[in-house]
Amino acid sequence: MSWQVEVDGETCIGSGMCAAIAEEHFQLVDGVSRPLRTETEPDDDVVDAAESCPVEAIRVRDAQSGRTLAPEP
Amino acid sequence: MTTIDPTPRTYPFSAPDRLRLDPFYAELRRQEPVSRVQLPYGEAAWLATRYSDVRTVFADPRFSRAATVDKDEPRARPIPQQTGILTMDPPEHTRLRKLVAKAFTARRVEQLRPRAQRIADDLSRAMRRGGPPLDLVEEFALPLPITVICELLGVPYEDRTDFRVWSDAFLSTSKLSEQQVNDYIGQMRAYMAGLVEQRREHPTDDLLSALIQARDEQDKLSETELLDLSVGLLVAGHETTATQIPNFVYVLLTHPEELDWLRADPERIPAAVEELMRFVPLGVNAAFPRYALEDVELGGVLIRAGEPVLASLASANRDESVFEDADQLDLRRDSNSHIGFGHGPHHCLGAQLARMELQVALGTLLRDFEDLRLAVDEPDVSWKTGMLVRGPRNLPVTW
Repeated sequence: MSWQVEVDGETCIGSGMCAAIAEEHFQLVDGVSRPLRTETEPDDDVVDAAESCPVEAIRVRDAQSGRTLAPEP
Repeated sequence: MTTIDPTPRTYPFSAPDRLRLDPFYAELRRQEPVSRVQLPYGEAAWLATRYSDVRTVFADPRFSRAATVDKDEPRARPIPQQTGILTMDPPEHTRLRKLVAKAFTARRVEQLRPRAQRIADDLSRAMRRGGPPLDLVEEFALPLPITVICELLGVPYEDRTDFRVWSDAFLSTSKLSEQQVNDYIGQMRAYMAGLVEQRREHPTDDLLSALIQARDEQDKLSETELLDLSVGLLVAGHETTATQIPNFVYVLLTHPEELDWLRADPERIPAAVEELMRFVPLGVNAAFPRYALEDVELGGVLIRAGEPVLASLASANRDESVFEDADQLDLRRDSNSHIGFGHGPHHCLGAQLARMELQVALGTLLRDFEDLRLAVDEPDVSWKTGMLVRGPRNLPVTW
């Protein structure tokens, strides 16, 4: 099982919350967060980052089914 | 590297004058973007005034809030802030922030909007029943955010008279004596400790109970952290919004053309709130300095490891290189990348909640009071003094 991680660069305000929570998954580039890998092994830090983003710019999906795993609907 | 006048300037540069930002910031942005300043208490500091430098100070991990704890932090009041989430860096900061962040996401806040609208509707109805003139601060701006944060956190609304007084102490600079500030902060903590004990025995469906659960069942935070965090949520959860509502109304009433444009279409309110957030310099001065953990070059100046840097959000929000006609209120402004809610890991936790409340507040007032205006001459509006934030003490309005 693997996850897809997306950051909506238009929505992102560069708060750096995700990079602080999951530094192995997100990096701020020119003030906007980017996932270091678009596909990753399941990791709770990624879910925490998506749930904690102040503008919900991060979406985590199941790579196979496309189902949204975080943020919680 | 630029040569800097080593003698620090007295800061703030002038006493707060309504919502007017001292034009000296514009001069500094042009000529000395990172300069030396001396606040009333603590050591001298660097002050960053340009948008890009301010963002760097707030977001770059080489600048630390945690390092302030054992330093003589530059500050506007006698007592330094020694505990709480604002004195932490990631990952410690992240551990606490994560516990509460989920309650303040855009989507969770959207679910609170209908309730906030009902509260605003009730207040508006009471205002119309009571008739003009009245004080918008007491009758509308305070009760709206206080009710919302009380319900969200699980604090009894009936206790507001007490915690309003204590809460002001957290934002006081010279209005209260050092002793009074300490007393009030102590009373606030004792009050919250009592509430925590009650909720421990009888949990309810609110954020305070969720935090207690995170402490007792998952050991995710200490008892002190639990108290600091819940006091912080209660204070920050209403003081700022309660101050910004009258600030925004004051700005609109003194910019009648902008107000008319806004009235023409309520869908313009969210963008207007963003522009008002940019335009209103809520803080009296740049606060919460960061200490450089290593030598950093900032705006052409070398900041040495161990030196404190202040960054002015208000000045950044008026940076002409980012915002056209930056000193003008322009509600039509699009792609407004203001940093009125701060930036980086300490970016306002309640930003979405504040946005929603400010939108509801303005929407309700514009909808229900077609001829809202000041009930006194503008120079007679009385402003807060001796506080960290600017705002009218009272805002007498009529219609």
